[in-house]
This record gives sequence, structure tokens and C-alpha cells, in this order.
Amino acid sequence: MVLCAELAGPPAHPGEEAGTLRAVGLAGGGMNRMKVDEEEYWHSSKCKAFTFDDDDDELSQLKESKRAVNSLREIVDDDDDLEKFSWSGEPVGSISWSIKETASSSSNTPEGRDSGLQKGSSSHPALPKQASSYSISSFFKGRNKLGSFQSLSDALSDTGVKSYAPELRRPKADYKDYSSDWSPKDTVRRMQRGKICSLERFRSLREKLELLDEAVSVHDGNVITAILIFLKRTLKREILFQELEVRQVALRHLIHFLKETGEQKLFLDLLRFLDRTEEVALSQYREHLSIQDAEKRREFLKGCIRLPFSSEDAVHVQDHYTLLERQIIIEANDRHLEAAGQSEIFRKYPRKASILNMPLVTTLFYSCFYHYTEGEGTFSSPTNLKKTFKIPDKQYVLTALAARAKLRAWHDVDALFTTKNWLGYTKKRAPIGFHRVVEILQRNSAPVQVLQEYVRLVEDVETRLNLAMKYKCHDVVVDQIRWKN
Amino acid sequence: VATSVGCGRQSPACPSHCSRSVAFDVSSLGQAIVWDEYLTGPFGLIAQYSLLKEHEVEKMFTLKAGRLPPADVKNIIFLVRPRLELMDIIAENVLSEDRVRSPLRDFHILFVPRRSLLCEQRLKDQGVLGSFIHREQYSLDLIPFDGDLLSMESESAFKECYLENDQTSLYQAAKGLMTLQALYGTIPQIFGKGDCARHVANMMIRMKREFPGGQNSIFPIFDTLLLLDRNVDLLSPLATQLTYEGLIDEIYGIQNTYVKLPPEKFAPKKQGEGGKDLPTEPKKLQLNSAEELYAEIRDKNFNAVGSVLSKKAKIISAAFEERHHAKTVGEIKQFVSQLPHMQAARSSLANHTSIAELIKDITTSEDFFDNLTVEQEFMSGIDTDKVNNYTEDCIAQKHPLIKILRLVCLQSVCNSGLKQKVLDHYKREILQTYGYEHILTLNNLEKAGLLKLQTSSRNNYPTIRKTMRLWMDDVNEQNPNDISYVYSGYAPLSVRLAQLLARPGWRSIEEVLKMLPGPHFEERQQLPTGLQKKRQQGENRVTLVFFLGGVTYAEIAALRFLSQMEDGGTEYVIATTKLINGTNWIKSLMEKLEPPPF
Repeated sequence: MVLCAELAGPPAHPGEEAGTLRAVGLAGGGMNRMKVDEEEYWHSSKCKAFTFDDDDDELSQLKESKRAVNSLREIVDDDDDLEKFSWSGEPVGSISWSIKETASSSSNTPEGRDSGLQKGSSSHPALPKQASSYSISSFFKGRNKLGSFQSLSDALSDTGVKSYAPELRRPKADYKDYSSDWSPKDTVRRMQRGKICSLERFRSLREKLELLDEAVSVHDGNVITAILIFLKRTLKREILFQELEVRQVALRHLIHFLKETGEQKLFLDLLRFLDRTEEVALSQYREHLSIQDAEKRREFLKGCIRLPFSSEDAVHVQDHYTLLERQIIIEANDRHLEAAGQSEIFRKYPRKASILNMPLVTTLFYSCFYHYTEGEGTFSSPTNLKKTFKIPDKQYVLTALAARAKLRAWHDVDALFTTKNWLGYTKKRAPIGFHRVVEILQRNSAPVQVLQEYVRLVEDVETRLNLAMKYKCHDVVVDQIRWKN
Repeated sequence: VATSVGCGRQSPACPSHCSRSVAFDVSSLGQAIVWDEYLTGPFGLIAQYSLLKEHEVEKMFTLKAGRLPPADVKNIIFLVRPRLELMDIIAENVLSEDRVRSPLRDFHILFVPRRSLLCEQRLKDQGVLGSFIHREQYSLDLIPFDGDLLSMESESAFKECYLENDQTSLYQAAKGLMTLQALYGTIPQIFGKGDCARHVANMMIRMKREFPGGQNSIFPIFDTLLLLDRNVDLLSPLATQLTYEGLIDEIYGIQNTYVKLPPEKFAPKKQGEGGKDLPTEPKKLQLNSAEELYAEIRDKNFNAVGSVLSKKAKIISAAFEERHHAKTVGEIKQFVSQLPHMQAARSSLANHTSIAELIKDITTSEDFFDNLTVEQEFMSGIDTDKVNNYTEDCIAQKHPLIKILRLVCLQSVCNSGLKQKVLDHYKREILQTYGYEHILTLNNLEKAGLLKLQTSSRNNYPTIRKTMRLWMDDVNEQNPNDISYVYSGYAPLSVRLAQLLARPGWRSIEEVLKMLPGPHFEERQQLPTGLQKKRQQGENRVTLVFFLGGVTYAEIAALRFLSQMEDGGTEYVIATTKLINGTNWIKSLMEKLEPPPF
């Protein structure tokens, strides 16, 4: 409690803080009747967590280890007026540096290691020493002057074991923790300070709700959650839900809590009760991410389709399912083809990864790469994918172009942009603009002859000339200049 | 200049204060610390290993699943954030420990920043709670990052507050503010904007009422506290920061004042140990105002950094030239005495020249330019209501998803929401290209208000932009006269709010305040008559601005700029739940898509 007490107020009461630290969690010892009841409660309920078993040995162990360590204590080089940096720029002795150090070798003595490294790296005073104003060593030296910050370890060495032992037990004054007349307000305040509090005595619904409202009014999420756990355990589900519906802050905490702890069923029940159907749908859909097996995932997604998504999301979830269904078929088929070694394309370009769970556009690319010539009737054909998922023309052309260019199938590229009008004339047309076509071809290292054909088709004169120069399509440049003159 | 006044001078007291208690208490408990890795960064800012060692901390390990490494110590202390997944790891550690035939060790757990009943419950469910002799908390609320900057480094604060409506981090913020007041005096005036700000102010007032004994007699350093909700200004973190420090963070990510950089540009200065394996490991540098040069350039627009560096280079060369003029022994001696300082300056210059080169490679790239152009179009209100070509192209080329989300969210914020058709189009493209499971992430962004459907037919952004002068066409990046230089045109809304509060006051912008989410308010805390400040002529007021949900380096730069304005009259100290940039901020809102580790 030393630590949190700093926040509760100015750190002006060192004694009290140290006292609370020792007091916390060391229940047990002298048991009065109240205490026994308490123990019973904590042991019988979920909240039992917050008591400790007394351990007589703990004291002597602490003492022992302390003595041992003190005798081991080596002289730390306190002369920190120049910070030392290891090559990586991290100050030697910084925490992340030393984790690596202490974790990497356990045979070295700390002394040897430390001094060795400091010597080794002192040739790199990468940052000016002012940086040390943020290092602690300088402040540490002055600690004795600031008596008010005296802490447990100081107290230990000053006062010795004698006062340490009795204080480890809960001080008498603290027995009032177990007094039964704490109001909801007091209870919440004590919980805020991390003290043990029994909630069990709040029996009526009214009291329980008062407790909750009090916690909400102090905005302490930790306490709100603790009280919600208590309410969840002691209230009927319907009543809990009803009361939370008019307590939005508490409600959100419970939702967050259930999500975090993975109590999916209660979580979904709650959302359904609140009529937050879209959220129910999404959070059920989220579960598919934890299913590794493709077949099981597909089954799960199939179940998701009927969930009450918003109309836009519903379409996407349906598509997600259909896509995975396709991928499973394609994957089985292609794995077989590849293993058989009959298909040239798979022999020449072995697959790098499975197509399962890849995005739609990646799947389309895959299909344009391995299954370009297939008719619309097969699941793996690009045209079938295009139709099933209503892939826009632009998207389709881009993807097909990238795939065919990668295979250096320039004829396919040509066909992609050739259209015949009703008179039978052929015409070149690109829904993505020919400058983009040129870029993609260039990225796939298309030869100049191919490139310049498309550079010529770029409509804007200036862009055309720029591209021609950039990609060294000299013929085009020459044409251009001749035409200009 | 600003940072050296008042708080800047005193804030180093904070780390000493915090670290003293941690070191002592930890040591009184035991001898080996098992660290939650996330905490080593923040703790590194306030405590050094040597100090912990002095307090009998013999070994330190990183928290990992499985069995604890062997160590000849009696006490094991787990220093962790209160997170359920960490509890599971701890439980595993403790359970596998019992099976080993080693001397029994005592376990303790120290939660940072707060004990959590939920976590203790989890430990209990795992059957290990009884193994812990002490369960304590260490309230590491506000960690000093610089003379004028404090952060709670709570990475999920925004998500908790605005997505899950969990107020635990607000409670923590309020407690941090109480500590700050205990050290620097009661802050007489509190202003705020936003729901979270209102909560924090309520909690502070309540806490003060409940500890009447804590009436402190310290002369107040801060005149004003300004609490700002991040969701009042969702725009600023989405835009690319263009200050030097902001860009370092955008590109390489600054963590707890450290940055890791690609090593190629940092040739070793000296021959010697480890010279061969240098290029593989990233170069790690600490960045703070203690470094003179960095303090000078960190908040400048990146376009103004080059000239400073070259000027510095000339000065340093000239200083080294001096040695030729040193004739007498006295002169030589004086030169030599200055050498260490000059060498430090030279190495600092070399580092920042390298960093500037690295950044320049990126800022001069075509894609950076295109991206910035689109951002600036959105922020100045151009074409925010239709599907953007560049965004579409980026999706087609499968640029990182976070980049796409930043652009789409920025467009949404600058248009007070997107039209149904536009929103649907983006969503479909994103899901088809990056995977349907991102439905979950898109939903989170909608809940947080970053992505939304334009509900009313009215787009408020233009009004807000004009009234608060958020877009400035004539920006002077070299010698700025307005905060808009930090984004080369866009003046961060959050900082404008602070600026307008100081002068002429919020009454002048009532209309706009109503358009922004959440209430705005003012509270006063009574001071004993003896502590009331009598302001000297020309003396600056000091305002503490607390960003609930995160702040960017560019916003910090803008506040520092205001502090330094000659006739500004107000100096700013900044506190936040977390230092953020658009990327790590969006990331914190994304669903974790990797399957849980079984």
C-alpha cells in the first residue's frame, strides 16, 4: 500500500503507509468470532481470493534472505556522473539492458559482469551526460536527507527485527475492517484503497444496488467490477440485467468483464436481453478466429450467416463463408494436382502457401495464376470468382494483369485489354487507365517491346512522354517528338 | 525556454519520487524481478538497474511462458500490468516451479499501475493465488518524458475509454493529477471539453473533498488545468506529422524516448570491439531535450531542419579549427578542456544528420508526396464526399491496411461522416482485399467515431475549420508564426482549443464548441489566501494540458511553439495517457486477428 497511498494524498505520512503495507493481506492470527465468519465467507465464495494464509516461516525467510543478500552485496559503482552506453545506445545498467544481461548468463558473478561491460562500452558515450538528470542515481544519493520518504527497507535496518515482527500481523486497529456496520460508501472507499471488505452483509437488493451506485459514482473500474462479480453471484440473472439496464456505466463494465473473461454465454444472454442483436452477431462471428481447422471454421461460419447482422455486414459474412467453402475445394484439388506432378504450372511454380483463409483478392490472384484458362463452370476459375463475389471490373483487371504479367504471359495481357465492338473492330480499353497498366507491367519487368505498346496507349500526352522516358521506351519518345514537331 | 521555467525545473523531482519508492519496496520484498516486458521501457526512464541492485535485486527476467530460469534467490517478484493474459503466464510459471526439486521460493506480485481484482480472480481460478505472499500495486501514474511532458503510457487508454467505456484509466489519470497537485500545489482553475474530461474533473473534485487533511500548503505552479478528450479532435492524430520528432515517430516509432534506426547510416565512430556485427543490429538512440541539438530541432518542421544542421556543422568545424590559433599553453589548455563538449556536439550532429537523411529518403518519395497531398486536400475540405482515387489505388496495391484506415478515417472526420455509398464502397474494397475478418476492426472504428455514416445532411467540419482557422494557406515552415506549421498547413484542433482558451477565451467560440462532442466546463478550486498568486507584470501563466486518450508529437510541438511565443503569455506543460501517432493509435483499435496461443 505504500505505493497507492502516494496517490491518495501527499506522501507525508510515511509511517502510516509502511504500516498498511505490512497489514495488507496478512490476515489470520488472532481470530475473533467475526473473523471466523469472514474466513468462512472468503473460503466459500468466489471472492475468497482476498485473504492470505498466515505463514510463520515467511518472516524468518525474509530475514534470512535479507541477511544473505546483504553479505553478498558488492560495491556498486556509484560514481555515475557519466552515463555509460552500450553500443546499442542503451545506457549500460538500464533495465532492459540488464534483463538481457542477467538472463543470458547465470554463471558470472554480478560484479564481474557489470564492471566488464562498463569498461567495454565506455568508449561510446553516445549521449551527453545531461541525460542523467533522468537517471535515478543522482537522486538516490540524497535519500537520507528526505526522511519523509523513508520506506520499509529503511525502517527495517533502522529499527531491527523487533518492531518488524509484531507489525507483520494485522494491527489491532485494523480489526475494525471486519466491523459489520460499514456503509456502502465506506465499503467502496476501503475497497478503493485495496482493503479487504466483506460484501456478503449487503443482503437486500436495495443495499446491493446502493453499493454499486456508490462504486459507479467514484468511477473506479476496479471496484465496480469487484462489486459486479458479487452481484452476478448473488442476484438472479433477470434482476441483475434489469437493474443494469438503467445503470449504463456498470453495464458497460460487466460487458467488458464478461468479454475479457470469456464468459461467452452470459455475455450473449446479456446482449440479447438488451436487444443489442448486432453486437451479439459480431461477437459470435469473432469466435471463428480461434478455430484453426478449416472445415470446422467453415461449419461455424455457416452458422453465423443467420445471425442478426446489419444488412451490409450480413452480405460480407455470407461472402466470407462462400469464400472459405471455395478455398477448401480448391485447396484439396490443387494439393492433389501438385503432388501428382502432372500439371506443368504447379511443377514450374510450386505453391508457397495454402490458399485457405486468404482474402478474396489474393484468392483471385491465385486463381488467375494457376487456373486462368478454366471455364466459368469450375469453382477455381477466375470468371466464376468474379461472378460469385461480384468483383468490380477494375479490381478484376488489376488482379488478372498482375498475375499474368508475373507469368510473363504477354498474350493474356493483350487479350485482357482488347475489346471488339459490334462492327468487329478491335479496340484497346483499360478500366484502370493505361498508365497503371504500364506501372504494373514494369514492376513485373516486362520487356521494352511490351511496355512501349501500352505506353503508346496512355491518353494524356505529357504522362505518356514521361512514362516513355522513365522506362526508356525510346521509340515512343521519338514518335512523340516527331509528332510534336 | 519554456521548459526551463517553473515546472521544467522541478519535474525531475517526479522520477526521483517515484523511483525511490519502487526500489525500496521491491527490495524489501525480494531479490529477483520478473518483468512484464512492456514495463521495462517506462521503468527505464525512472530507475536504473544499479539502483535496483543496490536494493538486493539480483536477477531480472522477462516474463515468459514455461518455467522460470534458475536463479539462486529466495524471492521472486512479478512486476506486471494487470492483464489477464499475463496472469495466465504467471500461473504457468508458478505451477511449473513447484514441480522442480529446487528450494522453495517465495512469490510476490506487484501490479503497475493498479491491483486488479479481476486479475487476482484469474490467479485464483488458476489455483495459484495462495502462492503469492504479497500482492501490491505500484502507482506509476505519470512518467516524466521530458521537462514539460508527462505520460501514463497506458497503451489501451483510448480503446478503454471510447470503445469499451471502461473508466479505469480515467481514474488513474485523476489520481495522477492528485499526485501532481500534492507536489506542485492545487491548480486553481480547471477547464475541460469532452465526456472523459468531465469525469476526470468530477473525480478530482471528489478526491479532494474526501481527503480534507491533504490540504496542501505548496505554492501552486500551475494556474490552469485543461482537460481534453481525444475524441474532441480525432483529426490531428490521423494526419501525418511533419515536425522532425513527429516524422521520426511516424516512420520509426519512438518508444519511451528511444528510437531504433536502420544501422547502415551510422558507421561506427571508433574501431574496436564488436565492429563486425554492427550493420545487422538496429541503432538505438535516446531522444530528449537533454541533447542540445535535438532540443533545438525536434519541434521544427522537417523542412527547416536541414538549414539548422548545416549551420551547426559550420560552427563545429570552426570550433575545431580554433586549435590552429591556440598559441599559448593557456589557450591550448582551454581548447582541450572544451574538447569533450565539442566531441559530444559533433557526434550529436552526426547522428541527426544521419536520421535526417533517412527521413528525407522517405519524405521525398513519390508515395509520401501523394499521400500527403490527399491528406491536405481532405483537411482543407476538397473532395471529401466521394471515393478517393489515391485511396483506391493504395488498396489495389495492397498498401498496409493501417495506412488505408488512416486515410479513410481522415476523410470521414473531415466530412462529418461519409455518405452511405462511399462508406460501403470503401468497406467492400477493404474486406475483399484484406480479409472479411476485418469487419470487426471496421466496427470498432465506427464505435469510436473515427469512421461513420453522415447522419445529418449537414457537414460541420467546414464551419469548425473556418471558425478555428484550422487550415492556413500561407505556412511559414522556416520561421513559423502559427501552430499550423507542424502539419504544414493544418493547425491541430486540440491545440487551437488551448490557444483560444488562453486568449480570448472559449466564450468566443461557443457555437463551435457545441458542434464538438461532449460538454465543456469550468471549475475552480479554492486556495488559501496565502497561496493566491499575485502576478507580476509580464509573468507568464502556466497551463497543464492533459490529453485523455493520447497526444502526438506534432501537437506537443505546437504547444511548445505557443509557450515560446514572445507575447504569448502562457506556457504549457503537457500530460497524456499515451504518446501516440496515427499508426499505433489505429492499431490499438484493431481486433487482434492472430489466433490465441494455446
